[in-house]
Amino acid sequence: MSTQPAIELKNITKRFGAKVIANKNVNLTAYRGEILSILGENGSGKTTLMNMISGIYFPDEGQIFIDGNEAVITSPKDAFSYRIGMIHQHFKLVEVFSAAENIVLGIDEGKYNLKNSTAEIKKISEQYGFDLDVNKKIYSMSVSEKQTVEIIKVLYRGADILILDEPTAVLTPQETQKLFAILRRMRDDGKCIIIITHKLHEVLSLSDRVSVLRKGEYVGTVNTAETSENELTEMMVGKKISLNIQRDEPKNAEDRLVVNKLTCVDRAGTTVLDDVSFTAKSGEILGIAGIAGSGQRELLEAIAGLQHLSSGEIYYFDPKTGEKENLKDKTPMQIRNMGVRLSFVPEDRLGMGLVGNMDIVDNMMLRSYRKGHSAFLERKKPKDLAMKIIHDLEVVTPSASTPVRRLSGGNVQKVLVGREIAASPTVLMVAYPVRGLDINSSYTIYNLLNEQKEKGVAIVFVGEDLDVLVELCDRIMVIGSGKINGIVDGRTATKEEIGLLMTKSKQEGAEDANE
Amino acid sequence: MSNAKEIKISREPLLKVVKRDDMPPLKAWLVRFGTLAISFIIIGLFSMAISGKSFGETYEIMFMGVFGRIFEGKLTMLWKYLQEVAMLLALALALTPAFKMKFWNCGAEGQALMGGLAAMICMIELGDILSYPVLIAVIAVTSILAGAVWGLIPAIFKAFFNTNETLFTLMMNYIATQIIAYYLYIKGGGSNVINPVSAGNFPTVGTNEYFVNITVVTVITVIMFIYLKYSKQGYEISVVGESQNTARYIGINVKKVIIRTMAISGALCGVTGMLLVAGKDHSINANLVGGEGFTAILMSWLGQFNPFIMAVMIAIITFIEIGVAKVADTALLNSSFSSIIVGIVILMLVGCEFFIHYSVKFRHNKKEVEA
Repeated sequence: MSTQPAIELKNITKRFGAKVIANKNVNLTAYRGEILSILGENGSGKTTLMNMISGIYFPDEGQIFIDGNEAVITSPKDAFSYRIGMIHQHFKLVEVFSAAENIVLGIDEGKYNLKNSTAEIKKISEQYGFDLDVNKKIYSMSVSEKQTVEIIKVLYRGADILILDEPTAVLTPQETQKLFAILRRMRDDGKCIIIITHKLHEVLSLSDRVSVLRKGEYVGTVNTAETSENELTEMMVGKKISLNIQRDEPKNAEDRLVVNKLTCVDRAGTTVLDDVSFTAKSGEILGIAGIAGSGQRELLEAIAGLQHLSSGEIYYFDPKTGEKENLKDKTPMQIRNMGVRLSFVPEDRLGMGLVGNMDIVDNMMLRSYRKGHSAFLERKKPKDLAMKIIHDLEVVTPSASTPVRRLSGGNVQKVLVGREIAASPTVLMVAYPVRGLDINSSYTIYNLLNEQKEKGVAIVFVGEDLDVLVELCDRIMVIGSGKINGIVDGRTATKEEIGLLMTKSKQEGAEDANE
Repeated sequence: MSNAKEIKISREPLLKVVKRDDMPPLKAWLVRFGTLAISFIIIGLFSMAISGKSFGETYEIMFMGVFGRIFEGKLTMLWKYLQEVAMLLALALALTPAFKMKFWNCGAEGQALMGGLAAMICMIELGDILSYPVLIAVIAVTSILAGAVWGLIPAIFKAFFNTNETLFTLMMNYIATQIIAYYLYIKGGGSNVINPVSAGNFPTVGTNEYFVNITVVTVITVIMFIYLKYSKQGYEISVVGESQNTARYIGINVKKVIIRTMAISGALCGVTGMLLVAGKDHSINANLVGGEGFTAILMSWLGQFNPFIMAVMIAIITFIEIGVAKVADTALLNSSFSSIIVGIVILMLVGCEFFIHYSVKFRHNKKEVEA
């Protein structure tokens, strides 16, 4: 490892619009001959930061130094002239071209001579141990092969600072291992490798140093050899704190929603939900834990009538009549017309739960505007409801006629949750309800959920923060790759136990990659 | 910094464009009206240069060209002007519900032609058979249906097969034009021209032969405003346009809304075609709408999908168009001059939106200054 930093970031700040600060005063240093991990949760600003090095964004403030000299990188082309190459999460390749054609594409090296280039590519492949058929067309390649093409592409352009954005997200454990071996070889060759990830075990097994970002801010850098999984987690999510969320014993719990052998296949033919069965009871909070994208969204959407089921049943037990109704293959309208009081706070608040360009009053009407026989809208009640929610939940807004996209994340969520609760549901499904919210807003949401629980509502809570799940939920169901890996008691379960269940199906592979 | 001398020449861009969404509406309107004021000055200067008259005189020519001797009680020119405004406004209004739904209906031209054709056929074939009130009713119904069908075809394909509505509606225009050409070939004898038909014409009120047209469009303007803002259907249109995911989430049948809205859009275009045939030309040719179906797209946008703002914008643009044509006339220039000026004004108005939605920042100051 040399003493001269290959790349140095000083006080980098990047804003999107007036409100969103993706990076704030980030300082970062990477040396040649090392692998640096950039670690952070979803939305912590990792990719934005790297995009500024590779010329996709330009920083609002701060400086970038390459080999000690200030660099101004305004385009990917500039980045290449500084020998920086980035391998994006989503590949940027021409499907009908061969590997070699994709690699030389866009380079001006005088005469186009694919034969010479191919020889050069083969040399690079052998040097680092890539396994690639240069004449193979991209469309017939596996994901891992495509990634190889992307890596060789930047190497061919002479990059010696390589940035990889979540390279293992799409790879099998074996492929991951292979990639890591190659990356280590490149490091030994004196290249500077920066890898973006949120997987701790990869960080520990691969990198020399780790820089941690949290909510766009730089937390610190540690040497991998001197750190532990616990320390990194703490840096990533902040100090572990006891949340002291109120949790009462469920009263008169009875079956409200019974999901039986639910299977769901998406358009691409992937099974996103696989034989899922569980029961949600009244007066109880059922937590759903799992790695992002394990089928949580599909599960809630299936219950809400937004996903087509391949097989399985969803039964709803009416609390008044005790009748059993099957919600399978019903549209949201039909479900409501059946008298099922199902409220749903989706993960995508402004893209699904609310309409960003409409004001709070009009967003209140989304659920109720059809009421009555008049052809015209009735805005009096929604307006009263809007004022009530603004008052009760302390929504910070200039007025009830402000477009919701102008509100902060916490206030947007209060508006959405407030509306869904106002419909006095018997089943309330919430997906990541406190994501991006500050502490106070988060507690407002927890209290609202507890109030509903008190009223006998069956609550399904999809969360990502295990600390919250083990303190709030009565039972926790763990989902992994569309399968239920287990259901545990929220009062006795530990974070470790849930973490283990979350990675159950992938456990073997993950350990392989660790070696 | 230690090695400050080695710093390369900065290539940081001089100007940076940053998105913003926080400009208060009042300020945004000030920007728009400021732009309009500037464009009026530019028009004046251009016209001065061409006509060799003073600024004041130029605007006098324009005013006279548009409104005539209005202060002496002669309103003929005013009615003509309002008729022009009304037709463009009717088409812009017809497009607006579709646009609010983010369905890019570029087929106003064809939909209006089909409506006009329906009116024409009724006037020719049924003029001698039906009594006047019945004839007018039949004309109205058939025109609305014809326009609606022309709008429904692309909507159904969009709803069920997700075809691109922009291309689809554009192509439907050409089919409509060809159908008109064929009809002229059948009915026009050797000349491919249909002489004005006297049956089924809208009545003249006083000296105003466009009274019906202007009144109908005024009523449509008010109804459209209410429909979009206060009706449940208008609300559904907004939700589908803003986010189909939200629409699905709250149980709106997106296909149904697309089809219903395009039926309305097409029907209103059909009405415009009828107004042009029964209320103005009393005949038909492929140039009946004269490209206004495309100008209307711009006008709907310039009016921010608000019928009243649209009316004001169209009144201004039409004033410029007719007025400048008059100036060009006195300077013995052809009518293209007017088109050029209108183009410039529209470009400026569209361009000013950029400054409303983005702010331009100059290169930020270096934190470290070289010695």
